[in-house]
Amino acid sequence: MHRLGPYRHRVTSSDSAASTQAEISAEIEAISKEYDAAGVTETATRLDYPPYRSSILRHPTKAPQQVDPEDIELWAPVFGERDVDLLESDLTIQHQGEPVGERIVLTGRVTDGEGRPVRRQLVEIWQANAGGRYIHQRDQHPAALDPNFTGMGRCLTDDDGTYRFTTIKPGPYPWKNHHNAWRPAHVHFSLFGREFTQRLVTQMYFPGDPLFALDPIYQAIVDPAARARLVATYDHDVTTHEWATGYRWDIVLSGSHRTVFEEDEQ
Amino acid sequence: MSPTPTPGQTVGPFFHYALPYAGGAELVPQTRADAIRLHGRVYDGAGDPVPDALVEIWQTGPDGAVPQVAGSLRRDGYTFTGFGRAETDRTGHYQFTTLRPGGATPYFAVAVFARGLLDRLLTRAYLPGAAPTHLASLEAVPDDRGFVFDIRLQGEGETVFLSYAQD
Repeated sequence: MHRLGPYRHRVTSSDSAASTQAEISAEIEAISKEYDAAGVTETATRLDYPPYRSSILRHPTKAPQQVDPEDIELWAPVFGERDVDLLESDLTIQHQGEPVGERIVLTGRVTDGEGRPVRRQLVEIWQANAGGRYIHQRDQHPAALDPNFTGMGRCLTDDDGTYRFTTIKPGPYPWKNHHNAWRPAHVHFSLFGREFTQRLVTQMYFPGDPLFALDPIYQAIVDPAARARLVATYDHDVTTHEWATGYRWDIVLSGSHRTVFEEDEQ
Repeated sequence: MSPTPTPGQTVGPFFHYALPYAGGAELVPQTRADAIRLHGRVYDGAGDPVPDALVEIWQTGPDGAVPQVAGSLRRDGYTFTGFGRAETDRTGHYQFTTLRPGGATPYFAVAVFARGLLDRLLTRAYLPGAAPTHLASLEAVPDDRGFVFDIRLQGEGETVFLSYAQD
């Protein structure tokens, strides 16, 4: 559906803060009602989601062309120990001192659409600090930078597809999609699968965030069950005595096309 | 029934200190005799360049073989890993220094991420003459040292993005 027309007169930048939260919430609500009325389950994120103003000029208007994956697309880049230092999975030890905030462990399994573990594959994360400030130059909102926290980590999944990071719980932060817009606290995740077609960049959220209903990026997944897949669960078995609270978040990549060779099953 | 995939989310505005890395866009050194450049601009629906996009390529080597070797994040200057990552600059321009892909239908698999783009997009940049008829618009254009492949997220000349049939 081509929805560009009605929005042409609107501001298409996320830096203009032109609308109110009430206006954004009304748009979110209208799309949600439309989705419920249609009765067709959508599991993916919408690319065309006008409440997220920057998406208005940055989404394709045509449906993707369906093709069969060939050669290279049936494989993924290989990352190994020479690419990723084991210490890169701990975001709290990158500087001289301890970062400010609530130390957490984030762990979970990466599986493909057939439920198989994605083994020895790269996981990258980045996030704001405990005060909701990114080290990125573009983020100029007046919260303190933490000299002991950069907010970027990498690891490889293990043979069971499990990743594990030690970090600080990020804070929510303001942005300029609309007036008084705040993003729910989140950690950005970048994932590779067994095939390049499974490439995924997404965001992980924390349970019970009061900003969920107000956030046009989270709500761009219009199905409530589908967007709940981005919310980690608190897991007391991951929590460690006098050290860190624990969250678990499993990730499912899209189905794979390549025949499973015996070596993959070992 | 297979498990439902985890949905994607935008890469956002703050990926620059996290995802790009030194040497990410140089799959081979520029000094190598057979090095080529794959480059282009990313545009939005108003025809304006997108200065905060991230482009990844994944490709075969000139012999058509799929590289299955580690080292993309810490390149040694000799090993061709087939994977590259480049951010766009202020003018929406990205570039890779790489080798010609080989095989029967040589192309670069391309992934596109940007602030404002709610999920990643996948496409292919074919070498000239290599694309099947229905994907002819995805052929890169030769220039003096390689190929140009512009990406238009929306509107006139919108790039054909791809989805992959599930079995």
